[in-house]
Amino acid sequence: MSLSVEPTAHSDPEHVQAIGGGTRFVPGQSHDRVTIVNGKVQLGQRLKDLWLNRDLLLLLTRSELKVKYKDSVLGYAWSMLNPALVLTIYFVVFKIIARNHQPFFAIWLFAGLLAWNLFNTAAMGATSVVVGKAGIVKKVAFPRELLALSVVGVALVLFAIQVVVLILALLLFGIQPDFTFVAILPLALVALIVFTGALSIFLSAVNVYLRDTQHLTEVLLMAWFWGTPIVYTFGLISGELAKYPSLLWIKYVYLCNPVTPIVMTFQRAIYGKTQYTYAGQVYHVLPNWGPLTYAGLVGIVLAVSIGLFLLALIVFGRLEGNFAEEL
Amino acid sequence: MAVAAIEVKDISKQFRLYSEKHTSLKERVIHGGKMPFTPFWALRDVNVDINQGETFGILGRNGCGKSTLLKCIAGILKPTSGEIRVRGSLAAMLELGAGFQPDLSGRDNIFLNGSLLGLPRSEIAKRFDDIVAFAELEDFIDNQVKFYSSGMYVRLGFAVAVNVEPDVLLVDEVLAVGDASFQRKCMDHVKKFQREGRTIVVVSHGTDTIRQNCGRAMVMNHGQVITVDEPGEAIRIYLADLLGVGTLAGSESGGIEGNVLAIGTVQAEHGGSGSRPHMYPGESLTVTADVDSLDAVPNAMATIAIHDDKNELVFASDPDDPACAMDIPVGGGVVRFYFPEVPLLDGTYSVSVGVRSATETAIFDWKDQVTQFEVANPGRSTGRVRLPVDVSFRLRSSGHTGEVPAVGAQFAPLAGWEETAS
Repeated sequence: MSLSVEPTAHSDPEHVQAIGGGTRFVPGQSHDRVTIVNGKVQLGQRLKDLWLNRDLLLLLTRSELKVKYKDSVLGYAWSMLNPALVLTIYFVVFKIIARNHQPFFAIWLFAGLLAWNLFNTAAMGATSVVVGKAGIVKKVAFPRELLALSVVGVALVLFAIQVVVLILALLLFGIQPDFTFVAILPLALVALIVFTGALSIFLSAVNVYLRDTQHLTEVLLMAWFWGTPIVYTFGLISGELAKYPSLLWIKYVYLCNPVTPIVMTFQRAIYGKTQYTYAGQVYHVLPNWGPLTYAGLVGIVLAVSIGLFLLALIVFGRLEGNFAEEL
Repeated sequence: MAVAAIEVKDISKQFRLYSEKHTSLKERVIHGGKMPFTPFWALRDVNVDINQGETFGILGRNGCGKSTLLKCIAGILKPTSGEIRVRGSLAAMLELGAGFQPDLSGRDNIFLNGSLLGLPRSEIAKRFDDIVAFAELEDFIDNQVKFYSSGMYVRLGFAVAVNVEPDVLLVDEVLAVGDASFQRKCMDHVKKFQREGRTIVVVSHGTDTIRQNCGRAMVMNHGQVITVDEPGEAIRIYLADLLGVGTLAGSESGGIEGNVLAIGTVQAEHGGSGSRPHMYPGESLTVTADVDSLDAVPNAMATIAIHDDKNELVFASDPDDPACAMDIPVGGGVVRFYFPEVPLLDGTYSVSVGVRSATETAIFDWKDQVTQFEVANPGRSTGRVRLPVDVSFRLRSSGHTGEVPAVGAQFAPLAGWEETAS
């Protein structure tokens, strides 16, 4: 659906200020913008509506946070339990049981999970958000993409809390991040947010029509997680593939995962090393690229994500028209 | 020249009625992606212009498409074809408090809901106190909304919606909320909106709401526009053509069954019978009841009762009125009740007729709600009855003169009036 606004061709001189005194409403003056409702999807208009309703996005995000965490410190601490547990499990399994010899493996995990959690939390939450908020969707007209984006907003707040925890951990372990690459992180974060937003908008609309999208998303995200170098290292993959020159193309397919370059940038900046030595042998964890290569990869992801975001808006616009009937 | 606040151009809306709805990918795959459906046109080529500053009513039965049209205007539903242009800001009250989050406080919900209705946050902050005062929730505004009573809930919803001060307000049968004093406040607010030149669209199947508030009304049926007219006429068409209550349903014939006396056909006729199915307020009404009698019944009492469409008693004849007494001979006859003037307003009324003995020991026969008549009011007064009223004006007496500068005729000074007035 499109709700577009355009200035009217004429204003009516016969409309004088209404009687009753002290009223703010004057027909024919500033109230002359025209909203058009029809079956078409106008992308520019959708973007404009999103921008005009940014206050609402903020409020939706805030109320979501308030409902979830009751505005209390303990509530937010509670929200960290899940990522903390995930981190602990991987650490115990891979470091202690599987005897991974990578130094500061916890920080390595944390760096990757930080980016992944933002993506994962938002995609999972957004899938069910339109169905979950059927009450509002059926009765109030507003850009419904905001519901999906508010979930991204919530994930972003949780991301910020994890960043604080990460900084504390870095100080505790005395690890110095690579600041040349930290400078790329804002770009990587923006790319991640745009990509996550695109996927969230898409999934939230599809789930209205195919309710099992929710379960599918869960499974696919699990596969996606293991297809991204978070627990293991990219160096491990490329090292193995280097043994079989005919399989080099797999590396490029692997890099097509938009989350991979972002996760790698996070790891490169926060973990700060590309290799370590263990028992006299050198292990590569990350490719030895310069900051421009990382930035370039992230830039490609951002460009693709912007395209996907616009595409998601178009798809959402097409599906949105029948939300009120389908819910 | 009136500017159209809402232009509805050739709007059609198709719903798909699925006999079996597959809402998951799994089911779709199993059924090969096919979902047989029957198209259902909720709206068909609806064209209407609603002018700026007018209060416009939409009447129709359940499922006639009036709410669908409202949702299309609000932008909640996308029309299948056609276009709607809305001039100015718009707020829809399709359900009060629709956007409320039960877990949030009233304060947070005011901001959230106001923002959903399109108000910037700074504006909401400015109107916050007004909204709270209007909803009469000063003491509870920081409580979670889930602990509100249903009355508090709708009051808050209404307060937010009206304080958004839209150019166009869409209302879907929600005006009857809260207690009597809050209802009055709502109506006052609607009147204020009208004075301010805002456009209001009301959807209702309550004829009273439409008649009282609207300048024009549209009648819809099966997704199509039947008529757009002034409210009195629109309501008449709605009642007569659509509800099918126009004809005076008569006759339920009974027989003599082991009783002395039985009432047969009962019919109601009014002053306008023959020319139109419904009567106007103030016309005469004649109810005739065919009575068969096996025996002579001296001193029988004929009684009549009228109920409205909510089955509330409007009138029952005095059981001791000697005028109702009659002697019915063997074979029976026709009992005729004549009301020279029926001051009832809109509605469908049913008539019950009975015959009993004067001593009230025996009820010979009683036909409950055996026939009905319908009143359509061309004027704009509402309620159950039309009471004749003389209105006049005079200045308060200054005390030194007995003269009363009355505008109307009969406004006799009451004893003690001057003392209380001065």
